[in-house]
Amino acid sequence: MTVAITGEEIGKKIAEAFPGSIVSSDKGSVVVDSKQLYLIGEFLKNTQGLEFDYLTFLTAVDYIDYFEIVYRLVSLKHNHSLMLKTRCYDRENPVVPSVFNIWRAACYQEREVFDLFGIKFEGHPELKRLLLWDGFKGHPLRRDYL
Amino acid sequence: MEIIRPEVFTPEQSDVAEGQLINSFIEQCTSPIPDPDRWLDEEIRRNILLTSLDTAIAWARQRSIFPLMFGLACCAFEMIGMATSRFDASRFGMDIFRWSPRQADLMIVAGTLTWKMAPAVRMVYDQMPEPKWVIAMGACAISGGTFRESYSVVPGINRIIPVDVYVPGCPPRPEALIYGVTKLHAKMIKGTIDNPNLSLK
Repeated sequence: MTVAITGEEIGKKIAEAFPGSIVSSDKGSVVVDSKQLYLIGEFLKNTQGLEFDYLTFLTAVDYIDYFEIVYRLVSLKHNHSLMLKTRCYDRENPVVPSVFNIWRAACYQEREVFDLFGIKFEGHPELKRLLLWDGFKGHPLRRDYL
Repeated sequence: MEIIRPEVFTPEQSDVAEGQLINSFIEQCTSPIPDPDRWLDEEIRRNILLTSLDTAIAWARQRSIFPLMFGLACCAFEMIGMATSRFDASRFGMDIFRWSPRQADLMIVAGTLTWKMAPAVRMVYDQMPEPKWVIAMGACAISGGTFRESYSVVPGINRIIPVDVYVPGCPPRPEALIYGVTKLHAKMIKGTIDNPNLSLK
């Protein structure tokens, strides 16, 4: 019987390659520092045994102290999945590296997160509003919008 | 209500133009357009020479309405259910749901209207030739429904276009929509040749 790879094992592998970047790891998820997110994404996509080549979704959550951006990665070859999370502590100007060059599915999803939360993704080629219109003021899904 | 169409060349310019158009809609449409319901109160003055012609034309208009498919959200499925064989809309002459507004008489707005869609609704309504009628189907089209407080929902389509019949429900059953169409027939009987949808004059 095969056992799916757990978040803790993946966390150990990431910590060997990029020391000091893991904040915590759980059975199904890994919380990572946002500065090294792009390199960790490439590492997760390219290493043997861990080929996460499919980004299922990308959303954000507003805990009032920080924003948490959640990615769900799936490996079609090895049939395992992982929730990758990063935190962003800045509320005025939240910036997170974009994973557009690794997983193309992030194109529209990052635009939606920018539209509704205001989190900027640097490295995204065309970061503009997706669901709301161009002159709309504010970012509705933040906790302090209304 | 004029729709401003500036000349746009690049995608960025068209985004900005669309945003300005929607913002201008939000500023201008602050109160509902009054419903054309003059026919409920008074006897409509008719030209006595043309009464039987009026009746004949109104009879013909009732039995051959071409509806425009304008389903926006979940109420659209009940509208489609009205058109299928169980609650047949074809027995009222409404069998072909037109997709083009140029050939339609009746616009059934089914579902929640958002501010981003509002200029499109106005444009489609303006493209329909006279005589034209509008049915607001479902709670969201009547008054914004459950989503009235939202930042992106128009509180009722009568801010954008004048409405003849309101069909309440969430969603209204197909029989309820057919009852609304029957009420519209009753309105059509009262119309005259020169004032068929009894709009305020």
